[in-house]
Formats: sequence, structure tokens, C-alpha cells
Amino acid sequence: MWRYALPLLVVIALGVLLFQGIGRDPSTLPSPLIDHPVPAFELGTLADPSVRVSQQDLLGEPYLLNVFASWCATCHLEHPVLKAFAEEGVARLIGLNWKDQPDDAKRWLVRAGDPYALILADESGAVGIDLGVYGTPETFLIDANGVIRFKHVGELTDAVIEREIRPRLLAWSDGAAP
Amino acid sequence: MRALLAMLLLALSLGAHAGLEPLNFDSPEQARRYQELLRELRCTVCQNESLAESKAELAKDMRLRIHQMMLEGQTDAQIKEFLVSRYGDFVLYAPPFQPNTWVLWLGPGVVLLIGLGAMLMVLRKRARALPADAGGIED
Repeated sequence: MWRYALPLLVVIALGVLLFQGIGRDPSTLPSPLIDHPVPAFELGTLADPSVRVSQQDLLGEPYLLNVFASWCATCHLEHPVLKAFAEEGVARLIGLNWKDQPDDAKRWLVRAGDPYALILADESGAVGIDLGVYGTPETFLIDANGVIRFKHVGELTDAVIEREIRPRLLAWSDGAAP
Repeated sequence: MRALLAMLLLALSLGAHAGLEPLNFDSPEQARRYQELLRELRCTVCQNESLAESKAELAKDMRLRIHQMMLEGQTDAQIKEFLVSRYGDFVLYAPPFQPNTWVLWLGPGVVLLIGLGAMLMVLRKRARALPADAGGIED
């Protein structure tokens, strides 16, 4: 009996283990920053580098922090989704212009439309490293206390907003402690 | 001949530092530490390359940050801890031994033990079966 059952069990166990890997994107890394405060930063805005903004200035209300660059093709793809999100006005949309030439970024936003309430310019990419950014686009959902609650790597879609972002924002606005 | 040799040596010396920026260190010891540390860290965009060999833009930024932290006097452990706190255990080429990596570290050993056990069982069974067999080895 065991002679046949044991190999079968081993094969089933292995199958379950390997099946979990199917459909997972190995290039998507889980962020260790989830449920941790946004790392301290101070950056100039894209519009005016002399206007300095730190993570302290963004406290008080939740916001979506979208890491983008004018050279990033996937960022162009997700742009309409960001615009719709901003028009809806459920939360602030803040941009982090990552490793980009400010002039390129500005030119692109004039052409494509600028949905951001505020854009921080991280030309050197230093704040990106602090945030664990390894590719654009990346989008962080940050609560009113400045704690990162969710991160999406890659193109932001309506499905991600409906599944991950909107439920959290609704729960917070209902008065549940974020 | 001498020119050829010089060119060859030049080519070799360039190869040794391919993909790396020229950086200044406080001591040769520190430069060696830097090189060793880079080999233990993974580039997060080009996942099968270490920071020592990757030509990706992000890898370069990470190297510069590591270099800066080293000049500030931070230890290898502190630098690794910083990168793990930002990018996760994935940046380490050798994953730490912790509950979610037990299968990874112990799995091969367990499989080997199961195999040895199975082999022993089969051999014992055969040894028991043989004496009863009249023919024995010639069988």
C-alpha cells in the first residue's frame, strides 16, 4: 500500500508547492516598506526646485505617490488611469519624477496632461533608492499618518485601483483608523 | 611585440573593472571590502547579476550609495541592513536562514535523506530475499 501511496503523496506535495509559483511574476519584489513610514526625504518640486517638500509636509490626508519618468513607456500607458483617478478626487495624486530631465518631464506633461497635485523631482534617484524603487512605474498608497500601506509595481490599472486602492481609501474615510 | 603586450595588458585591466565607476577610497582595504560587498548584493532590475557586474543605471546608483555609506564609516552589516530594509531579502545573494527560507536551505538535505532511506529499505529487502533464493548471486 505505502509503496504506491508514498510516491503519490510526494508528487502531490511537490505539485502544490510548484503550482503556487505559476502566475507569479518573479520580477515583482514584495516591498519591505509596507506598514512602515515613508522614508524621510526633502526634494524640490518639478515646477520650482527651490520649493522644498518633505514627507512631513504631506501628512494629514492619504495620497497616492506615483513614481514616473518621461522616458518610461509603461508610465505613458498608465497615464489615462492616473488622470481618471485624479479627476475623481478621492485622494491626492503626487508624482515622483524619477531619474528624469526636468525639462523632458515638463514637456511630456504639457503634451499628455498633468494629473498630479504636486510633483517632486528626484533627478538623482536617491529618494527612489530610499523607497526601494527598482523600476518605473511604481505606485505607493500612503495613509494620513505617512505610513505606506500598499505598493504596486508596473502599470497601474483600473483593476488595481478597484481591488487594492479604493477599498482602503473608503475604509479610511469611514473613520476607521488607518 | 612590446606594443602588442602593452595593448593586451591594457585590455585585461579594462575588463577587470568593466561596468564600474572609478571611485576613491580611504584605503585599499576599503576598496577590497567594497568589491566583496558588491558581489554579495543583487541588482534588483537585472535579477541574475550582482551589483559588481551589472551595467544597469539603478545598479550604478546603488553602488554610489554603497560607496557613500562606506566613506561615512558604515559597516558591511549596516549597509546590507539598509538595502534589505528598502528592497527586501532579495538583494542578498545568499538568503538568510529564517522560517520562510527553511524549505530552501533544508529542502535538498531532506530530499537526500529520503532518497538514502528509500535506497536502504530496498537494499535490506533484497538482502533478506537473497538467502531464501537458492540460486543466490548467479541468479
